Amino acid sequence: MSNLLSIEPVRILTYLVGICAFVGANAAYLVLAERKIAGRIQRRPGPNEAGYGGWMQPFADVLKLFAKQVMIPPGTDILLYCAAPLMVMAPPLMCLAVVPFGESLVARNLDIGLLFVFAFGSINVMALMLGGWASRNKYSIISAARVVSQNVAYEIPMLLVVITLLMVAGTLDLNELIRQQAGGFWNWNLLRVWVNPLMPVTFIIFFICMLAETNRAPFDMAESESELVAGAFTEYGGMGFGVFFMAEYSNIVLGCCLGTVLFLGGWQSPLPLAALSGPLWGPVWFLLKMYALIFTVMLVRWTFPRTQFYGLLNLSWKILIPLSLFSLLLTGAMMKLPLVLQRLF
Amino acid sequence: MTTFPFSDYIITGIFCLVVATTVAGALVAALSTRIIRGVTGLMICCLGLAGLYYFLNSPFLALMEILIYVGAVCVTIIFGVMLAEPDEPAGSESRSHYLLWGGLALLVSAVVFATVASLSLHGPWAAPAERVTDGSIRAIGLSLLTTYSMAFELISLVLFVAIIGALVIARAGRTKE
Repeated sequence: MSNLLSIEPVRILTYLVGICAFVGANAAYLVLAERKIAGRIQRRPGPNEAGYGGWMQPFADVLKLFAKQVMIPPGTDILLYCAAPLMVMAPPLMCLAVVPFGESLVARNLDIGLLFVFAFGSINVMALMLGGWASRNKYSIISAARVVSQNVAYEIPMLLVVITLLMVAGTLDLNELIRQQAGGFWNWNLLRVWVNPLMPVTFIIFFICMLAETNRAPFDMAESESELVAGAFTEYGGMGFGVFFMAEYSNIVLGCCLGTVLFLGGWQSPLPLAALSGPLWGPVWFLLKMYALIFTVMLVRWTFPRTQFYGLLNLSWKILIPLSLFSLLLTGAMMKLPLVLQRLF
Repeated sequence: MTTFPFSDYIITGIFCLVVATTVAGALVAALSTRIIRGVTGLMICCLGLAGLYYFLNSPFLALMEILIYVGAVCVTIIFGVMLAEPDEPAGSESRSHYLLWGGLALLVSAVVFATVASLSLHGPWAAPAERVTDGSIRAIGLSLLTTYSMAFELISLVLFVAIIGALVIARAGRTKE
């Protein structure tokens, strides 16, 4: 088996199929999980007709979406209208190639993996915006404008937070980042308060920014159903809409993977016991942490109402950016002050 | 890890694809009458450029090209386009007018291209004795903060001036009566 996997074409093909299957299965079943959680929170059963407990629901949904006619409304910019779903789906698929699910379970371990994720992740905005713009629908265009201003505003604190972390870690290699967090949950970046007392706050900033970047409630300005019909996807039907939906969930998965890698120790076990770590336990811990984060994302969506657009921008520019800048300065000071003091005395 | 079969052909194919993407993006950006398609062309061109940087052995620069030019610059341009005007193709200018400016632009760009091409073909190239850096992020960071720190700081000054200018322009319509 390991011999077969070391043949490069086999390896690439395996990971390609694996990542596509992972994304597809996640998109399908996270929708179901989301509807179940929403049902539980609103005191109703959620989808429960198709299959036992509703577990066949994703198949029914996908079949319905596939059976629908693909319509291109007149007056749209056809080229961009068709390109947008492709552009929105490709980046998360590419980014998952560098995410280490286990110490050796990574499609391609790049030494600039983190930069890779952020570079391709930034295309997402462009795709949503083009989709909204090409639809030539007032709702879609408003939504497109919102997507851009929201993502530009939240990209800044996100990158500042990540820079704070990188100053401590000194590497862009995702696997190396995880290796530095070995030895129990108190060594995870989330709880490394001796490096920077604001580390938990940093994680919360990261989480909020991730919610905003993936356009999730309470920041789902781009797709606010009660105001803009379906926002940027209003004019999309059938599988076009389905692809946008899949991309949204893939981005959530990617964001939660990144949160797990950066703050929650990736595939490291929470307790430094030999029985709980190893090549088989790694992916288990990784997936557990990732799905816990995803569950939080869903919980937040169904618990908090949508903020106003001004509230959204104020939160970023007036609270998150100053706070993350302060955290950056504090980390720098805490790293360099001991050296300076040592030289002085 | 074994080598990929036919890897030479595949690499050549990918290189051709990257060059084609760059050229096609540039053509779309230059020839399209709808401004939003022009920006999309620019984005495609930048993606191709990133691929070219990768073939020049600097993956860091390639990813930065995508992060900054596709993720930030193109998005900002589109934001500007949205604020400016609805994207209807402009058809009011007369044809002779069009030809005049087009011919002028063609002349200027042909001269620039010929100059750069002749310079790069016949000019003296000082070949470095050995590779100065290994192109890793560490080497780039060190050289940015030591050898090239002046240029680095000057660039930040340019950005600072740009931000101040944008604030001044945006502030103009906002005084309270």
